[in-house]
Amino acid sequence: MIKVEGLTKRYARNVAVDNISFEVGKGEIVGFLGPNGAGKTTTMRILTCFLPPTTGKASVAGFDTLEQPMEVKKRIGYLPENPPVYPEMEVREYLTFVGKLKGLTSKDVPGRVEEAMKRCAILDVKSKLIGKLSKGYRQRVGLAQAILHNPDVLILDEPTSGLDPKQIIEARELIASLAGDHTIILSTHILTEIEQSCDKVIIIDKGKLKATDSVANLKKLLHGTEVHVEIQTPAPSAEIRQTLEQIPGVSRVVLSNAADERHYFEVESLESQNVRAEIARAVVHAGWNLNELRPKGASLEDVFLQLTASEQKTSVETVSQ
Amino acid sequence: MKNVLIIADKEIKTYFTSPIAYLLMAIFGLIFGYFMFSATAFFVMRSMEMQMQGGSQPMNVNDFVIGPLLGNASVVGLFLIPMISMRLFAEEKRQGTMELLMTSPVRDYEIVLGKWLGAMFMYICVIGISLLNVAILFAYGKPDWHPIAAGYLGLILQGGCLLAIGTFISTTTRNQIIAGGATFAVCLLLWVLDWVSSYEQAAWAKVVAYCSVLTHFEPFSKGVIDSKDVIFYLTMIFLGLFLTARSMESLRWRS
Repeated sequence: MIKVEGLTKRYARNVAVDNISFEVGKGEIVGFLGPNGAGKTTTMRILTCFLPPTTGKASVAGFDTLEQPMEVKKRIGYLPENPPVYPEMEVREYLTFVGKLKGLTSKDVPGRVEEAMKRCAILDVKSKLIGKLSKGYRQRVGLAQAILHNPDVLILDEPTSGLDPKQIIEARELIASLAGDHTIILSTHILTEIEQSCDKVIIIDKGKLKATDSVANLKKLLHGTEVHVEIQTPAPSAEIRQTLEQIPGVSRVVLSNAADERHYFEVESLESQNVRAEIARAVVHAGWNLNELRPKGASLEDVFLQLTASEQKTSVETVSQ
Repeated sequence: MKNVLIIADKEIKTYFTSPIAYLLMAIFGLIFGYFMFSATAFFVMRSMEMQMQGGSQPMNVNDFVIGPLLGNASVVGLFLIPMISMRLFAEEKRQGTMELLMTSPVRDYEIVLGKWLGAMFMYICVIGISLLNVAILFAYGKPDWHPIAAGYLGLILQGGCLLAIGTFISTTTRNQIIAGGATFAVCLLLWVLDWVSSYEQAAWAKVVAYCSVLTHFEPFSKGVIDSKDVIFYLTMIFLGLFLTARSMESLRWRS
């Protein structure tokens, strides 16, 4: 549905996007992840035909963003970082205007507007001035604007910024409900959001593509699941270690500390399933005390930090200066 | 064309839901009313003098009242036009709604034309207020309507030309005050360009004086529709809108 090849956007002083290529299939939800200034917004703006690329190609539904921008624009719903709303307009008036602008026939407009307002839960403010709305409502009006003409592709730049926790959950549910008929690209800083709502994740940093894979694969990329185990027993550490290594699925056992008959291990496994249960059974079977059994979360956060490590370090340096 | 009308319609609604439309119409109505009062008072005084001196010909309302009045209206328009055009693009850029327009299936020239037409409608509403005063002249006198129509055509063409320039200037900044100030400066300059002809007769001075919007308006206020002047205004409108479209395109390459 979306194809990006060797995309580069160069400004006078810096390179915002540097030779990025990726593909997004129909109906996929893709999370666009990266620190501030990584080039997420620039890439999105190129996809929506707001900016032309310096080199490289981007196409949406088979139409090139430079050659056939009108066809691309018809098929895209775009929510920029700041919702593009007119404060002096009423919600319904604004959505009606956008509907006409997106090329809906005047017969379809009222129905589509009503449906978009219903989906984004803004029916209760339909006659209010947008300028008087809270940030959360304004964001939802922006979202309603993006889905109004039922586009094939939705491009959402930080769709949950400025929402309260309840609204974030609602927004995620809304995005999830849009999946299937729509192909969605959303950018965010919030990693849990990607873990919860995306099939695929694209990580970019300083304009460069760092990783593009399914969320599950990326988590495995770093290490399997790691479990932190504390065992209390007079038995020597070596014996315990041997026992743990024999548990099926365990790939590596590291003794991190041992004192006062307490033995601390880091146990790595290939698959996350049931290893903890196996460890517990083995320890109890051997007659030792199991003081602690805690999964060390191999979250997307770790992957993200590792992939963008250079950036993190430099930012720390700048702060300390 | 449909898209042009959608944008124009939105612009017009924006003008009339904010106080700006009513403020502009009130300012113009007040100033024009004062001009009208002065002009007719002067006219009445002069024509009474003429009668006392035994003048046989009645004075012409068109020449002595309406002509100068329309000239004055064009000057007032000069001051109001920056206030109409300054927000057109500057506001969209500041609010971030430019992204909405530029990522919607609408061509750049449709946006430009729509916005200019919306501003034109607003301008016509403003100068339309003066028709009330003109109607009074018709109620008490017998002015010829042909030169009046020509004068209003001139006002509309001149306004269109300055609005096109103002629209262009509005695309260059996200600050409305800067857009308004710069437009006012350019309008004023275009208005007084013909001053060079009073002290310089060289070819360049003639060219400069020719670019003055005022020299092209004078024939209209006298009731003369000269194709040369019409073409001048239409060329300026085209130039202004063309520059606007180019400037919009450059937004894509720069921002």
